[in-house]
Amino acid sequence: MTGPTDPVPADDDDARLRRLLDDFAPGDDRLAALRARFVRSASDAEAIDVSYRTLDSPVGRLLVCATTVGVVRVAFDVEGLDGVLERLAAAISPRIVEAPAALDDAAAQLDEYFRGERRSFDLPLDRRLSKGFQRIVLEHLPDIAYGGTESYAAVARAAGSPRAVRAVGTACATNPLPVVVPCHRVVRSDGTPGRYRGGMAAKQILLDLEAAS
Amino acid sequence: MLPFDRVVERHGTTVWRVCRAVLDEHDTDDAWSETFVAALIAYPSLPETADVGAWLVTIAHRKAIDVARARTRRPRPVEVVPESRPAPPADEALTRRDELVRALEQLPPGQRRAVVHHHLLGLSHAEAAELTGVSPAAARRASSDGIARLRSILTAADPSPPRRTP
Repeated sequence: MTGPTDPVPADDDDARLRRLLDDFAPGDDRLAALRARFVRSASDAEAIDVSYRTLDSPVGRLLVCATTVGVVRVAFDVEGLDGVLERLAAAISPRIVEAPAALDDAAAQLDEYFRGERRSFDLPLDRRLSKGFQRIVLEHLPDIAYGGTESYAAVARAAGSPRAVRAVGTACATNPLPVVVPCHRVVRSDGTPGRYRGGMAAKQILLDLEAAS
Repeated sequence: MLPFDRVVERHGTTVWRVCRAVLDEHDTDDAWSETFVAALIAYPSLPETADVGAWLVTIAHRKAIDVARARTRRPRPVEVVPESRPAPPADEALTRRDELVRALEQLPPGQRRAVVHHHLLGLSHAEAAELTGVSPAAARRASSDGIARLRSILTAADPSPPRRTP
């Protein structure tokens, strides 16, 4: 680029023309409309492997991702949304597109839950991100009633491995589907919330929400 | 590999420029969307080391040519372009952009593409030549002729360009 103090008029002219040429670009509104249209075409072509959208909640912005099987990942803002999407690209597919309409149902149910109007989720889930013992633990969690809690030790017993208390803690703390799969209902024996993907404060907010509803 | 969404974010403007260098505003929309759908489908098989921007430029140019060909075979019902200029937008930046787009549209297609490819996308004359299937010398000539023409059109439209003093 030619500096503003460049004494050569021809170069100055070139720089001016170049600045002008930069305007040969779509505006932000146009780009947004183009994107929306691309998302519709890509959905019609069934070319999207992971759809996602974000929504606001009492525990901060949530990222919700789904495959054609079902909801595959719920993530908290504190996890860093870019990083979460990049790991999904590696674990599932890089064909990841923000396609809110594909997640209308999930978003509506989450909204109801956060308003205290929904006690369980009725959504297809894609559980491919949890395997082995973690999968066993997470599949047991919906048995813990809304508003109730269970200790890590009790969940370990229910999972058939009474000594695996620490492993239950890890399984819950790395739940790929927090909120929807209620790992927040698993707490320490002394009643304190314990580790949570969205942070301990978020876990307490969910427990309070369920206790009040 | 980046989530495809980030690719759209990063290269959306470039793809628009490649398409708009060949097509009008309306057809550019078609080509833009088709480019990214085709890219999305092929994306997972793209080698990690590939230059995603260059890859998209190639797809976009090909799609734009396809749309242009389809348009010649099946012209739009409204053939007569209204003569009157549209009401000038209130925003000064928009006015400037409009003038530029109109000026670019007055260039012969080869010159317009060459200017966009070389001066906006930063392709070398050799790369631009490969993309459009002309010789590097022709690409260079088209680019410099295009710039000269563009300058004269813009100067004619605005006889006393305000000289910005730093």
